[in-house]
Amino acid sequence: MDLNFTPGEQAFREEVRAFLERHLTPPMRRAVLEGLHVPPEETVAWQRLLHAHGWGGPNWPTEFGGTGWDPVRQYLFEEACAAAGAPRLLPFGLKMVGPVIMRFGSDAQQRRFLPRILSGEDWWCQGYSEPEAGSDLASLRTRADRRGDHYLVNGQKAWITLAQHADWIFCLVRTDQASKPQAGISFLLIDMKSPGVTVRPIIMLDGGHEVNEVWFEDVAVPAENLVGEENKGWTQAKFLLGHERANIAGIGSSKRELERLKRIAAAELKHGRPLAEDPFFAARLAQVEIDLMALEITNLRVLSAEAERRTPGPEASLLKIKGTEIQQALTELMMQAVGPYALPFRVEALDGAFAGEPVGPAHAAPLAATYCNMRKASIYGGSNEIQKNIIAQLILGL
Amino acid sequence: MHFNLTEEQRALAETVQRFLAQQYGFEARRTILRSAEGWSRETWGKLAELGLLALQIPPEHGGMAPAAIETMVTLDAMGRALLVEPYLSSAILGSALVGALGSPAQREALLPAMAEGRRVVVPAAGEAGARYDLSRVATTARRGGAGWVLAGRKAVVLHAPAADLLLVSARTAGAVDDAAGISLFAVPARSPGVRLVPYPLIDGQRAADVILADVALGADALLGAEGSALPALEAAWDLGVAALCAEAVGVLQATLDATTEYTRTRKQFGVPIARFQVLQHRMADMLMHLEQARSMSYLAAMVATADDLKDRRRKLSAAKVVVGQACRFVGQQAVQLHGGMGVTEELPVSHCFKRLLAIEASLGDTEHHLERFIMEGR
Repeated sequence: MDLNFTPGEQAFREEVRAFLERHLTPPMRRAVLEGLHVPPEETVAWQRLLHAHGWGGPNWPTEFGGTGWDPVRQYLFEEACAAAGAPRLLPFGLKMVGPVIMRFGSDAQQRRFLPRILSGEDWWCQGYSEPEAGSDLASLRTRADRRGDHYLVNGQKAWITLAQHADWIFCLVRTDQASKPQAGISFLLIDMKSPGVTVRPIIMLDGGHEVNEVWFEDVAVPAENLVGEENKGWTQAKFLLGHERANIAGIGSSKRELERLKRIAAAELKHGRPLAEDPFFAARLAQVEIDLMALEITNLRVLSAEAERRTPGPEASLLKIKGTEIQQALTELMMQAVGPYALPFRVEALDGAFAGEPVGPAHAAPLAATYCNMRKASIYGGSNEIQKNIIAQLILGL
Repeated sequence: MHFNLTEEQRALAETVQRFLAQQYGFEARRTILRSAEGWSRETWGKLAELGLLALQIPPEHGGMAPAAIETMVTLDAMGRALLVEPYLSSAILGSALVGALGSPAQREALLPAMAEGRRVVVPAAGEAGARYDLSRVATTARRGGAGWVLAGRKAVVLHAPAADLLLVSARTAGAVDDAAGISLFAVPARSPGVRLVPYPLIDGQRAADVILADVALGADALLGAEGSALPALEAAWDLGVAALCAEAVGVLQATLDATTEYTRTRKQFGVPIARFQVLQHRMADMLMHLEQARSMSYLAAMVATADDLKDRRRKLSAAKVVVGQACRFVGQQAVQLHGGMGVTEELPVSHCFKRLLAIEASLGDTEHHLERFIMEGR
């Protein structure tokens, strides 16, 4: 047993840090480090920059143009990027549809789609949930009926993150109405510019436009866009969920946010003294820090098991629950730290280019919105209650 | 970075587990608890034969220290079996203190005998009103006769009734809460003037308050330099915290196993109660506490003797916080999920519960370590 990274891993981390030092300029870091909105073009620019360096697919094997890094190096890369304030890479292509196409897609699909994910040319979004199919995903009703060389797709997808920027959507659709819910589902790639696709924004409680409804009305999708076999989409859905949960603990970003919380608590005053010295606040902050220390090691344990076994196991559910609890606790404490100045809510102040008159300390402006926004964390990607079901069934065997 | 055990470590873990599974079952343990002494010298002898009493003893005195991972897997197995022998107090804390402070002659006189199970040597450091603070010492030692005279009262001295020798912290200089001026003395348990008020603890382990009424000792009773025992006491306690964390993980695992097993077999409303989602989620929460505690027990084992004091203390305190909270949560929920059977003494679960309770309150409780974590971070 050795909790230290190997010399090779440490050298790798230094290489990543040096790269970030050189290529990630202060203006690029600022939005993430200060909790402001990251413009979509910044995200794409970062993907392109990484791709130019050969790092566009940090979690991809080399045969598909990825880095071929093992899970530990993937983790070190994500952690270093998060600490430096790099824009978060879009998971929809890299961590979701990409691995599915690698595993189940045809040669033609692999050649067509994978390079454009790496280069940042295609922005993907995930068409899984529906108004009546959330945690119970298999009850989805969006249908795809085969008409010769294409499918005709009709239905509605919900909670589609960043669909407003997307070029493509990967969808679970029902291709067999008669069989049992899981058996009649297929995995279909749909061009967002297809006639009959409509995107409608859903404005969230923080005022942000992050998710959408996507409607399909007689959308013709070429049959060649089916991934794998018809009616076998559930296998791909489960495969994708396993990869989506890799690195779900969010250790790197939580460590960064913990440092932000410490800076805020050092700057804020209570009874004329730094809030960081207040015993009540210090105890709550310490509790989150300690929970994060424990989760960091739990995460490394899962990673090293994964490195030997190659597939993410049900332990990822534990990481998802604890990771999101910590993320939410951090946003709660940050909001609490600034007292009444947490309440002024000006969406325009969350824009990096905001030049208006500040109200209260600059660090206070995004905190309420961030707190509200992060309520999603325990709901998305399989709600934490669903994760507990997974733990109960697959780990505890109940 | 890896979490694998070496062949030897795996073999050691299996040996300890097998030995305890065969010879230290629930009923055997209950018989030991009901005996007059409350611990088994026979078991102690076997632990010595297995080499387990020598894990903190350096090789030149017949031991195998340093042995962080070996200690961890040993304590984990002992936790699963709810071992009540004076392992933490003598084989961990006692050995560490003698090793750190003893002169070559004192070490040679004590450590081989401790490794072989012939002498039980436990620290007597706590006092009423000091809570978990090792530096608050009112017991005094003054020069007198051929050496030293000790007077005072040490509180809740774990396994004092089993001890041949007590390692008593006493003040040779300074005010009651000064860090300097604390010395450590080897006091034979049957010295004139030493009186024990013995009692069992809530988890069945034995302890005593130790009253020192002008106990006369020779000059060679002093361990280490006069007035400077505190760093060694704190270092031994840090080692003890790591050991307790490892033991806790064993108890937690046994507690969760007992609970999942019980809920799978206990039927109500015509189905095993493990089918109820509200209980499933509770057990998922228990598992998360256990795994977080396990992670921190690994960290604790790796840093238990590290040189960077601040970092070591912060990490060990963080570990004790996570473990203490796991002890509380898992213990309480295990009893709750066992229903009425949980509050009897008939099933292992209540015995696990009480050991978890004691671990949380030993060598600094959760609040003590949360505070130390904060103070060491400034």
